[in-house]
Amino acid sequence: MKLEDYELGGTPLRSSDIKKGNVLTTSWEPNLAYAWDDGVAIGRYLAELKNGRIIGRTCYKCNRIMIPPRMFCELCFRPSDEWVYCKDTGIVNTFSICHINWDASRRGPNEPPLIPAVIEIDGASKGMGILHMLSEVDPDDIKVGLKVKAVWKNPGERTGSITDILYFKPLRAPTKRAKATKKRAKATRKRK
Amino acid sequence: MTERVAIVGIGTTGFRPITPDVSYRELIFEAARKAYTDAGIEPSEIDGFITAAEDFLEGYSIADEYCPDQIGAVLKPTHTVPGDFLQAMATGFMMVKTGAFRTVAVEAHSKASNMKNISELIGFAMDPIYNRPLRETPHAISALEMTRYLFETCTTPDQCAQVVSKNMGNAMHNPYAAFGAEIESGDVLNSEPVSLPLHRLDIAQHADGAVVVVLADEATARALTDVPIWVEGIGWCTDTPTLEMRDWGEAAYARLAADMAYRMAGITNPVAEIDFAEICDEYSYKELQHMEALRFCMPGEAAHLLETGVTAIDGELPINVSGGALGVGHLFEASGAHKILELVEQLRGEAGTRQIPDVAVGLAQTWRGVPTATGAVAILSNL
Repeated sequence: MKLEDYELGGTPLRSSDIKKGNVLTTSWEPNLAYAWDDGVAIGRYLAELKNGRIIGRTCYKCNRIMIPPRMFCELCFRPSDEWVYCKDTGIVNTFSICHINWDASRRGPNEPPLIPAVIEIDGASKGMGILHMLSEVDPDDIKVGLKVKAVWKNPGERTGSITDILYFKPLRAPTKRAKATKKRAKATRKRK
Repeated sequence: MTERVAIVGIGTTGFRPITPDVSYRELIFEAARKAYTDAGIEPSEIDGFITAAEDFLEGYSIADEYCPDQIGAVLKPTHTVPGDFLQAMATGFMMVKTGAFRTVAVEAHSKASNMKNISELIGFAMDPIYNRPLRETPHAISALEMTRYLFETCTTPDQCAQVVSKNMGNAMHNPYAAFGAEIESGDVLNSEPVSLPLHRLDIAQHADGAVVVVLADEATARALTDVPIWVEGIGWCTDTPTLEMRDWGEAAYARLAADMAYRMAGITNPVAEIDFAEICDEYSYKELQHMEALRFCMPGEAAHLLETGVTAIDGELPINVSGGALGVGHLFEASGAHKILELVEQLRGEAGTRQIPDVAVGLAQTWRGVPTATGAVAILSNL
């Protein structure tokens, strides 16, 4: 049912009225800026990403290898102990096939869905790793536990940012058997 | 209800103009680790945690969610008070008073050096309809207040400048302070005019740093330490936000917050019963205005007490022995935390070369800064 179908009192107000200045409004765009000090842990982490490496930090007390690294163990509440390089491979802990953008606008018909995922990095403690994106993968092939590998920007383009990793992709291309299984599953769905 | 609440541990990083070597997490961890070691307790044994933080100062929305790691509060009862540290400490005080929490840790920090346009940030706190369209600097709001205060009390800009000289001089003896200096009131009056009657040196400069305090009930406090510092009274108050309707001469918020704390502490004659005070001096005149609001003297008498040395480190009522905000640095929501730090060190007899002899009762007072009219007062003792 449309708004016009109702008998309403008062004067209808449209966004065009605001744009044309027919109603009194005031607006303010805050001009705020921050420059967060990265400190020791994040600083080294980002510097190593620029080098194309993922670095973690150990706690000798609870025996964890922490990614992202930190200079203190938040559980033992003591300084962490040692830097340790981890691999740029890992397994998918959880993921989503996302059909909307950062600003909640819907992705266009020719834009593939975004696939955010938490990757447990090989070499880090169970459950620790990187929240990143998956790509070069058929959404139907993704499952919890999928082995993945980082795809890096070219060295000259890296800036010391989490985006120095473009995305993670499956470590291996789907096997023939997996492809066949998938094909059968699709066919079954179609019949239903 | 438990009878008394004590501070059993405190830790700080000290205060610096910039801290590019550490993230805010690393900064806070240092203060928290020191506080827990000072209290002889591990965070796993602490029942509740509070942080004093404001999202716009952090540059995060829901900044409270980023607090647990660096204070040892992962999977523990934790919340944030978006106000000054003293307001957060008041909440911790009440939590212990309920009997449901034996120990509560309270944290506050400043990473002012990470805020790249503080004037715009504070301007964003002004009323968007009545005040912001005029695009006045926030310092002008304080200048309006200073003009009215000087008018009502016959105080002079030179007397306000003497506050700066005293406090920056005191800061020379405080290893935590960022802005210690030997200057004279003439230097203040010769510094660049900002919004008259305020000159550049009348205004506290910002600093970074963190403080963590551990509160405990009486039985726990006595088990943990031989020198518990008791919270005898605490109060807070907010005046109308409407700039057009405020009492510009007097700091009514501070007077009423102090009255609340005095009642709780059973103090009837503040100037006789309080040995020393750390009070808000984010602008030079504020120290004098707040002295009067705290009933240390009648309106118009504060400058006289200053000039006769009553508020000097060797005076009868030393004020801002630490150096205050002018000497230590303006710490945003950690302002009250730095004052509590000074009170605890003085009352424990750990204040080094700036130790005031034989002190038993101290008062801390804060103001949340322009454009607020919010103040809080805490009274601590070692008795």
